[in-house]
Amino acid sequence: MPVLVMKSIRLSALAATCLAMLGAVPALAAGGGSAMSDHAGNDVGNVASLQRGARNFVNYCLGCHSAQYVRYNRLAQDLQISEQQLIDNLMFAAEKPTETMRISMRPADAERWFGVAPPDLSLIARSKGVDYVYNFLRGFYVDPSRATGVNNVMLQNAAMPHVLWELQGEQQAVFEDVNVGEGMTQKVFKEFQATSPGQLSPEEYDQFVRDTVNFLDYVAEPMQLERQRLGIGVLAFLLVFGILAYLLKQEIWKDVK
Amino acid sequence: MNSARTEAAAPTSRFDRLIDWIDERFPLTSMIKEHATEYYAAKNFNVWYVFGVLAIVVLVIQLITGIFLTMNYKPSAEDAFASVEYIMRDVEWGWLIRYMHSTGASAFFIVVYLHMFRALMYGSYKNPRELLWIIGVLIYLALMAEAFMGYLLPWGQMSYWGAQVIVSLFGAVPGIGEGLVEWIRGDYFISDITLNRFFALHVVAVPLALILLVVMHILALHETGSLNPDGVEIKERKDSRGIPLDGIAFHPYYTSKDLVAIIVFLALFSAVMFFAPEMGGYFLEHANFEPSNPLKTPEYIAPVWYFTPFYAILRSVPSKAWGAFLMLAAIVLLFFLPWLDRCRVKSIRYRGWTFKAAIATFVVSFIALGYLGLQPATEKVYVYAARVFTVLYFLFFLAMPFYTRAEKTKPVPERVVYQHGE
Repeated sequence: MPVLVMKSIRLSALAATCLAMLGAVPALAAGGGSAMSDHAGNDVGNVASLQRGARNFVNYCLGCHSAQYVRYNRLAQDLQISEQQLIDNLMFAAEKPTETMRISMRPADAERWFGVAPPDLSLIARSKGVDYVYNFLRGFYVDPSRATGVNNVMLQNAAMPHVLWELQGEQQAVFEDVNVGEGMTQKVFKEFQATSPGQLSPEEYDQFVRDTVNFLDYVAEPMQLERQRLGIGVLAFLLVFGILAYLLKQEIWKDVK
Repeated sequence: MNSARTEAAAPTSRFDRLIDWIDERFPLTSMIKEHATEYYAAKNFNVWYVFGVLAIVVLVIQLITGIFLTMNYKPSAEDAFASVEYIMRDVEWGWLIRYMHSTGASAFFIVVYLHMFRALMYGSYKNPRELLWIIGVLIYLALMAEAFMGYLLPWGQMSYWGAQVIVSLFGAVPGIGEGLVEWIRGDYFISDITLNRFFALHVVAVPLALILLVVMHILALHETGSLNPDGVEIKERKDSRGIPLDGIAFHPYYTSKDLVAIIVFLALFSAVMFFAPEMGGYFLEHANFEPSNPLKTPEYIAPVWYFTPFYAILRSVPSKAWGAFLMLAAIVLLFFLPWLDRCRVKSIRYRGWTFKAAIATFVVSFIALGYLGLQPATEKVYVYAARVFTVLYFLFFLAMPFYTRAEKTKPVPERVVYQHGE
């Protein structure tokens, strides 16, 4: 936008100086960031992955985390599964397909047991981002000082136990001291070292997490594919309409001298 | 074109008789003439002249989608967040209506900022258009109030804490500050009561004021006539029929041209709405997908992008009272623009380098402040940068009487510059 503005008022020299001042600011903005920055690389269009993700979510997450805005029958429809399949495989915590994904654990109890009530996950992929959730579920490491026996590099002293430890196995986190200036050092996560294997290979575990995250991505915005499909149609219409409107304008403006 | 009708001895068709029947009771034909078919605007408008019409388009989008949103939205602390998700998931086309409204909020400020910048460039605020400009600034103020109160309604973390920060600014008013803040909130903190009253103001009071001001803005515009990129008053040179020599009728010339602009705008609008409704967290902030929690302050609170220039000004001052004062002053100064500018030449095309330099510095400062307002205030560099740009922002206005008085301007042409097929 600044380039456009400048161009129209034709002020190259001064504008260039001012833009250079402006440009200097973002350069200082680097730094920070989370311990792990892997990309989830999930695809909401992959229905098989969403189905596996729904299975994972119902079996491993839905005990403690609700997804209170997600309706079971909508889920079945979008994930292309029949109502019977839905009832048999996914609806362990509800009676009717029209219900939403609620849990029976009371927030007050949860807070007493874990220190904090597990958050609802309907919108976690939008509030935290899919990459965060993907890394969080892969970021647990053994830490005997914690009541749960684990800690997480993405969220220090996370209250959540490593629910997937049987699948992933156990891992140690290696930290290194990094000089942050003024004689201070900071522990920064370097890498994981597997100490005991789980039921899944590392690749299989990543895929398991990716499917789960994919499901959470879908759940956060169930209409996202429909939105894009409709968008293409709307843009195509506007293109045609725009050409016609332009021709009309040219015709009308013909006699303006 | 419709002069044939008025000249005819007796109305012939049924339609003409209907129009005559109406005209005897309501000034329909004369209004259409005054504001469309015989409203003459200069023929040399460039692309900067489409943003007024686009602002009206966005206003209509916001009003209509807003009405449909209120049909399912529940303005209570208990239900607000869930009702928005209900609209997004369970209401037919609810997600489309909501995204139109959220994208429209940002689009409103984009077109209004460009519209105001156009006025700045071509001197649209100068004699005899001072009131037109002042009404415009009032619209901008109403729009800010509308956007601010609307942003509380989804009741997410940023809704809540953004409102908390901004409302607490009123505490800087000497003497009555604390009482004033309580009066605004209706409570000791942002609560269900605050949400309810913000809903009332967002849905009824401010839109009414906005519509009224927009009507006044258009009436004032049609009284003085639109200016143009050359800053030439076309009314000063008319033909024998009293039509400005450089003027063309708003309808059909500018209606047909604006239609093209509206479609291009809608295409850009749709591209955002359908493919990036969050716009990378700038139109819909990530933290706002988390329900508000009065006990959990977010890591850092940033208002939506369109307020960040003023937020940066606020934060650049160590004292809250002075910060709030400067923020207010940054907006109030706009009202005085017609009198701060001492130069007689209107359009930037024929103005001196001092004004061009000033306006370039102003634009860069405004954008830089907008950027800085989004950054965490913990970095010293940002605070110092914000101070520099705040000073530049104010210098643009406060030094204006001096650098515009002795401005070396170029000769202004007597007629507008227009090439056919431009």
